[in-house]
Amino acid sequence: MFAYAIKRTLFTLPIMLGVSLVCFALVHLAPGDPLVSVLPPDASQAIKEQMMALYGFDRPYLEQFARWLARVAQGDLGTSIRTGRPVSLEIGKAVGNTLMIAALATLIGFVLGTLFGFVAGYFRDSWLDKAASAAAVFGVSVPHYWLGMILVIIFAVQLGWLPPTGAGPGGSEAWVWDWVHVQHLILPAVTMSVIPMGIIARTVRALVAEILSQEFVAGLRAKGLSESGVFGHVVKNAAPTALAVMGIQLGYLLGGSILIETVFSWPGSGLLLNDAIFQRDLPLLQGTILVLALFFVVLNLVVDVMQTTLDPRIQRA
Amino acid sequence: MKLNQLVGATAIALAFPLAVHAQGALRIAMTAADIPKTTGQPDQGFEGNRFTGIPLFDALTHWDLSSADKPSVLIPGLATSWKVDDKDKTKWTFVLRKGVKFHDGSDLKADAIVWNVEKVLRKDARHFAPDQIGVTVSRMPNLVSARRIDDYTVELTTKEPDSFLPINLTNLFIASPAHWQKKWDALGSVSDPAERAKQAWAAFAADASGSGPFKMARFTPRERVEYVKNEAYWDPKRKPRLDRVVLLPMPEASARTAALLSGQVDWIENPAPDAVPQIRQKGFSITANAQPHVWPWQFSFVEGSPWLDRRVRHAANLCVNRDELKQALGGLMEVPKGTVPPGHPWWGNPKFEIKYDLKAAQKLMSDAGFGPNKRLKVKTITSASGSGQMQPVPMNEFLQQALRACYFDVELEVIEWNALFTNWREGAKDPKARGAHATNVTFAAMDPFFAMVRFTSSKTVPPVSNNWGYFINPEFDDLIAKARGTFDDKGRDAALARLHARIVEEAPFLWVAHDVGPRAMSAKVKGVVQPKSWFIDLAPVTVQ
Repeated sequence: MFAYAIKRTLFTLPIMLGVSLVCFALVHLAPGDPLVSVLPPDASQAIKEQMMALYGFDRPYLEQFARWLARVAQGDLGTSIRTGRPVSLEIGKAVGNTLMIAALATLIGFVLGTLFGFVAGYFRDSWLDKAASAAAVFGVSVPHYWLGMILVIIFAVQLGWLPPTGAGPGGSEAWVWDWVHVQHLILPAVTMSVIPMGIIARTVRALVAEILSQEFVAGLRAKGLSESGVFGHVVKNAAPTALAVMGIQLGYLLGGSILIETVFSWPGSGLLLNDAIFQRDLPLLQGTILVLALFFVVLNLVVDVMQTTLDPRIQRA
Repeated sequence: MKLNQLVGATAIALAFPLAVHAQGALRIAMTAADIPKTTGQPDQGFEGNRFTGIPLFDALTHWDLSSADKPSVLIPGLATSWKVDDKDKTKWTFVLRKGVKFHDGSDLKADAIVWNVEKVLRKDARHFAPDQIGVTVSRMPNLVSARRIDDYTVELTTKEPDSFLPINLTNLFIASPAHWQKKWDALGSVSDPAERAKQAWAAFAADASGSGPFKMARFTPRERVEYVKNEAYWDPKRKPRLDRVVLLPMPEASARTAALLSGQVDWIENPAPDAVPQIRQKGFSITANAQPHVWPWQFSFVEGSPWLDRRVRHAANLCVNRDELKQALGGLMEVPKGTVPPGHPWWGNPKFEIKYDLKAAQKLMSDAGFGPNKRLKVKTITSASGSGQMQPVPMNEFLQQALRACYFDVELEVIEWNALFTNWREGAKDPKARGAHATNVTFAAMDPFFAMVRFTSSKTVPPVSNNWGYFINPEFDDLIAKARGTFDDKGRDAALARLHARIVEEAPFLWVAHDVGPRAMSAKVKGVVQPKSWFIDLAPVTVQ
């Protein structure tokens, strides 16, 4: 197992290098001016050229990439062009904030998704299956942005039960785990949970249906095992895949949702990315994409290792 | 008394004074995605100047923001008077106000002005701030140096005679050198001077010190900035009445509206237009006033452009029923008569009147050789959103429809806002203009350079500045030179009025709308004066 983990870790190194290259290329291929965050459009060409030289954007792309990669290898993601604050600090804070809603959203999504999935799979073609499947389809197809706004209108504007935006009365730096602050998590987390809920439900339904049709289940029943005992075996067989799906969904959610975090003004990685894109703040944009991509790579690695632990048969060569 | 009763009583006792103190707290949701820079040179367009410039800092010259009816004009700020040298028109002397202190307690003297100019103009200055060059130098393009004459007199030099300098200087907010020095001193472990300066500026931004009517109390990056009143502010007319101001970046219009309607904030910038009736219905007020802002099509004058014929340009300007457009926008626009409105010192009584006159427009098109059977194809590039763009897609579709009646077939191409913005300086000849005959980038018209000169001077064609369409006419170069070289205010305004009148007559734009800067606020908010400006003074505002 240890050797497998080491081998998988080594495999991630070229992936990380590829991710770095792709994220650098994407950022520079996008239309627009890399100095738009510090240079108004009415600035003269002379100022623009002076600034390009000051920030090193006048150098060849290859040189810019090599310099950036060398700094990243030393753990330095640079500083934001616009604010002068260290990119790592900005990302650290934003990811921490996103983690709060992503963890809650994953929990809600996983609990409801597995519940609906098992119900639908176990009672296939019944009205329960149809109701649970409808909930799952709603989850994967409803636009986040629209759902977020509808929830805000109902629960914040009309009923006044929950706050519509922000990370608490004093912002995320003054965050404490009390009701005044926790209530700010609810609407964004619920909005964020519907997609993982739908995906997990559909995956689990298919898995449960497939497992139930396998011969070993008939064998278990023929041996007189109670239905709860059979259910336990189904759960055990479905768990690795459900876990893998959950891991991937958590990865997606940790990337933050630009739309959800914008609707709720939640200071997470999605809002940070949105800001970096619109400001063309290249160091911040490159750093954020890189960290989130690497996070995904690491998460996949962890899920692979966990899957192998749960079911040694799927250990990859 | 039991322990829990004691705790409860203590909590109430502690909370009550806080509640009383918080009566004068105003919470504002801005449209910016992040808090505009607080270094003294705000970014995020003029919303930055409005919320992190004017409240925290002073400039040598200010805009008069005290009236909702009169045009907002230039008034003394930190400088009580200024004049250009009689012999050398590139040298200006500014006499500073005495007794002004920065929020950190240090005195504001001539050295501070020199220091703030050098932060962007002297590369070898210890406090050189590359990220502030763009927003500073581009707004005062001719300023080259500053020199202390004595404690309260400073000399500024321009690279050529430029009567616009005092207007430009409203954008140079004066930050405290002493406070910055403290930040620098605290970073002794950083050996690279440029890196140390960068970090000192980042530290300054989180704990800024200017001399404005409000002082920074708390700064949470990307989330909020809080101000408290500066009891010692030098201008008795602008002593703040609010105890505290909280500014929250909230770029999404529906989020701002929800925040207002749910009571999370007291004031929102630019509410979603379709939410305005609901906002009014729930007892909130909407304030608006014409801004020095222009929503245009800027025409191309490159070879082959259909807009080379002045009759066609006039026809387009006469073919749009702007009152209908205003109605479609819920009243949230002003109908333009030019770049500046009648009554403005730069108005100048142009001979061509911008209005809706379909018959006259059709006749002009017929004279130019077009008609129902020979339609004119024009292409315009625009964006789906962007600062000051109002509602670009529906507004452009309205124009597309309106111009059909005057034999125009308009092709619209919607491109990403930053790409449109960047192409503004690349010009109509650049491939990134996609062969368009007009571009739809809105602009501020507070300053003569930004309102008129950059669009009509032969010196500002791409890539120098925003004469996107290559509008070149020696008459305009002469008018600009005359305005720049006239140093008495009345004479300068008269020269600018002549320039404006000629611009309207030559019509290098299709003038469509002026924004009105709508903002919605709770009935508790009192004392708001919304001037004819991009800016607003928070000092007289109260929350009851």
